Amino acid sequence: MGKFFAITIVIIALASAVPIVRHTWAPPQNISVHGSAIDDQMSETMVEAGFSFLAAQFVLAVLVWKFSSRPRDAKVTKFPGGAKGLVIAALILVGSEILALGILGQKAWASVYFTPPAANAIPVQVQAGQFAFYFRYPGPDGKFGPLHPEKIDEANQNFFGVDVDHDPESKDDIVTAELAIPVNRDVHLLMHSKDLGHSFYVRELRIQQDFVPGLDLSLHFTATKTGKYEIVCTQLCGLGHYNMKAYLEVMPQENFDKWLAQQAALQ
Amino acid sequence: MHDHAQAAQHAAPTGFIRKYVFSLDHKVIGKQYYGLGLLAVLIGMVLSWLMRIHLVWPNTPIPGLGLLSKTGAPGGVMTPEYYLQLMTMHGTLMVFFVLTNVPFAGFGNYFLPIQIGAEDMAFPRFNMMSFWTTFVAFLVLMAAFFVGDGPPLAGWTAYAPLSAVGADSGPGEAVGQTLWAISIAIFCIGQLLGSLNFIATTLDLRTKGMTLARMPVSTWAWFITSCIGLLAFAVLLPACLLLILDRVAGTSFFIPANLVVSDHLQPHSGGSPLLWQHLFWFFGHPEVYIAILPAMGIISHVLITSMRRPLLSHRVVIACMMSIGFLSYMVWGHHMFVSGMNPASSLAFSFPTLIITIPATILTLIWLGSLYGSRLQITAASLFSLGFISMFVSGGVSGFFLAQPSIDIYLHATYFVVGHFHMVMGVAAIFGMFAGTYFWFPKMTGRMMSEKLGKLHFWLTLVGTYCIFMPFHYLGLAGNVRRYSSFVDDFMKPLMPVHKFMTIAALLTGAAQLIFLYNLIHSRFRGAPASANPWEATSLEWTTASPPPVDNFGGKHPVVYHDPYQYSVEGAAKDYIMQDSPEPAAD
Repeated sequence: MGKFFAITIVIIALASAVPIVRHTWAPPQNISVHGSAIDDQMSETMVEAGFSFLAAQFVLAVLVWKFSSRPRDAKVTKFPGGAKGLVIAALILVGSEILALGILGQKAWASVYFTPPAANAIPVQVQAGQFAFYFRYPGPDGKFGPLHPEKIDEANQNFFGVDVDHDPESKDDIVTAELAIPVNRDVHLLMHSKDLGHSFYVRELRIQQDFVPGLDLSLHFTATKTGKYEIVCTQLCGLGHYNMKAYLEVMPQENFDKWLAQQAALQ
Repeated sequence: MHDHAQAAQHAAPTGFIRKYVFSLDHKVIGKQYYGLGLLAVLIGMVLSWLMRIHLVWPNTPIPGLGLLSKTGAPGGVMTPEYYLQLMTMHGTLMVFFVLTNVPFAGFGNYFLPIQIGAEDMAFPRFNMMSFWTTFVAFLVLMAAFFVGDGPPLAGWTAYAPLSAVGADSGPGEAVGQTLWAISIAIFCIGQLLGSLNFIATTLDLRTKGMTLARMPVSTWAWFITSCIGLLAFAVLLPACLLLILDRVAGTSFFIPANLVVSDHLQPHSGGSPLLWQHLFWFFGHPEVYIAILPAMGIISHVLITSMRRPLLSHRVVIACMMSIGFLSYMVWGHHMFVSGMNPASSLAFSFPTLIITIPATILTLIWLGSLYGSRLQITAASLFSLGFISMFVSGGVSGFFLAQPSIDIYLHATYFVVGHFHMVMGVAAIFGMFAGTYFWFPKMTGRMMSEKLGKLHFWLTLVGTYCIFMPFHYLGLAGNVRRYSSFVDDFMKPLMPVHKFMTIAALLTGAAQLIFLYNLIHSRFRGAPASANPWEATSLEWTTASPPPVDNFGGKHPVVYHDPYQYSVEGAAKDYIMQDSPEPAAD
C-alpha cells in the first residue's frame, strides 16, 4: 500500500507539472513596459517553486516506498545529519531563495509604484461604480473640473457629478465608457470610486489596482502594443460584479487624437 | 504545575441534559465541537456543489434549490446575487465553523487535558459556555438564510463599505449582513473563552513529571494555537462591533464621505475602508495558522506512532510552530498589496511572508527526514497524515508567488489565490481532521473504524482534491477572476472546460465523503471493540480506558517519566515505552 501511495503521488506531481511546463494556461503576452520585470520574476519563482514542489513530492514518495511495510524486527535508523543538518539546509536554501526573490522583486514593484509618471503622460480620470467604469479626459485646457457627488445623475449621463454650468474647467472634459490610449506613451490613471470597493485589472498590462472609496489613487503605465483588451473588476462589488468591465484600446497617437476629437464632439 | 487536588473535579452527571447537552466534561464538549463542525462542513460542501454546478451549467434548475430561496433561485436556477450569497456562507462556515472548530476546539478539547494528565479543563463552566456561545453564533449565521433577501453577498472577508452601507449595496446586505456580523462577534467570544481555557489548562494542570518539553507535539500545537487565537479573535471582535455600529447606529468607522450607492448619497463621513481590511486581516492571517497548526500537531502525533520513531527533533518542531505563530502577526498586509495602502508597506509585509517559508520548510524536511529509516505502518490515519504533507507542500509553494507584491499584481483576486488557500488551509487542515478521526476514534468511542473503508476514502479524497484544486492554479495563471457568478469576459470563456472538470471532480469527491460518514456512524455502533491502546502508542491518552472515564484516569493520577515518544528504544521489552512507565528510556 505504501508503494501504491508513492506511485500515486509521483503521478499527481508529474501530471500537475505538465500544464505548467507546456504553458497550457499562461498569462497572455505582456504589453506594458513594466510588465516584463513582473514576468521575469514570475518565471524565476515558477522554476524555484516548481523544483521545490517536485523534489518534495518525489522525496516523500521514495521514502514512503522504501520504509513502509518493513518487518516488525527491522531496525529503526536515524537520518544521517539529523535535524541540525536539515535546519541548516533549509536556512541556506530557502534563505538564499528569499533574498534573491525579495530583492529582485522589489525592482519590479518599484518600477510600477516608485517612479513618477513621465512629463508628457496623458492623465485620465477613472471612476468605478456599480457596475461600470467611466473615463474622463481633461480636454484642451489640460485640467479636470471638480467633482460634486451629489450631482451624479446617471439618467442624464452625468456619471462623474460634474457641474458644467458653474465649473469652466469641466466644460471641455471628455467622458467615455471606453479607455483609449496612445501606444508607447505614458498614461497616468487618476482613480476613484463612486460607491464601493472595485478594482482595475488588465491582464495584458500586468496591472491590478483597487479603487478605495474615499481615496484618490494613481497609477501610470506605458502600453507597447496596439489592440483591444478587457478591463475587468476584481474586487467584489455586488450582484453585477461578474459583469463589470470595459475595454481598453491601445492605438497609434494619430488615431488616438482622432478618437479624442470624435468623443469631444459627442459630449 | 499543580497537584491534582487543585484540578477541576466533577462527579459523573446522571441526567441526559447534564451528560450530553450542557455537559462540563471536556470530552463531551470536544465531541460537540466536532459534531457542529461536521454539520457545518456538510452544509458548506453542499453550498460549494451548488456554486460549482451554477458556474458550469448556469441555466440548469437544481432540484430543491427553489425551496431554499424563492427569490434567490426562482425555479431552482440561481441568480448572480444568490451565487455570491452562497459563496459568503460557504467561506464563513468553512473558515470559522469547520477549520477553527474541529482541529483546534474539537480535538483540542477532547485530547489536550488527557495528554497532559489532567482530569478536565481548568474552567469547565467556561468551556461549556464557549461551545454554546459558538453554537448560538452558528444559529445566528444560519438564520441569515431565512430572513428578508437572504444571506449577505460580501464574501467571508466582508469588505467595507460593501458590508457597511446596508441595503443600498445589494441583496442580503440588509438584515443578512447584520446577522453575519453579530454571528462572527459571538463566535469570537466563544473562541476567546476557549483559548484562555486552553492556555490556563496547559500551564496549570499538567500532571506530575509532565514538563513543557514532555508535552506531545499535538498538545504543543493546540497550546500555540490558543495563544494565536487569543490575540486574533480579540481584534476581530471589536472590528465586528464597529461594523455592526456602522450598520445599525449610523456611525462611520469604515465608510468615507460622498459615496453614492444605488443613487443615494450615503449619510456617512470620515471612515476608512482600509481600516476594516487591516483589522480583518490582522485576524485573518493568523486564522490561517489557527486552522493549520493543530493539523500539523495531529499529523505529527499520528505519524510518529505510525513510524515507530520520534521526529528527528521534538524541540525544533515546536520552535518552528512557535515562529510560524509569531510571524503570522507580521504578514497580514500581504492580503492588501494592491489595496491602495502605501506601496512601501507592501515590501515590508512581503519580507516576513517570505521568511515564514523557512520554518514551514524545516517542518516539512523534519517530517521527511523522520520517515527515513522508520518502520512506517500504513493505516487510514497515517495515509491522511502523509497526504497532509503532500498537500501542505503543494499549497505552500504557491504561497511563494503570492508573497511577492510584484507577482501579486497579476495573480491577486484570481483563482490562483483560491487554489492556494484551499489546498494549504482547507484540504491540508481537513486531512489533519481525517487523520485525527481515524486515529482517535477508538479512544473516543471504544470501537474501531473500518480501515478498509478508511483507505478507500483516502484514495478517492487524495486524487479528488488534487483534481479539484490544482486546476485552480492554472485558471489563475490565465487570469480567471474569482468571485464571479459567471464568466462573460472573452478571455474567460475558453476556460470553461477546466471549470467543468473541476465541478465533476468536486461532485465525485464530495460523494466519496459519504464513505467517511457511513464509516463514522456505522463504526460508532457496530465497529469492532477497541482496546485501550490499539495503535501501541505512548502518550497518556492511551494509558486509560477507551472511552476514558469521566475524570479521564479513573481516580488515578498518572506520573510521567519520559519524553512523549519512546519508540524503538534499544533494550526495551517492546518497541514502545508508555509515557507513564517507569521503565528506563532514552531521554
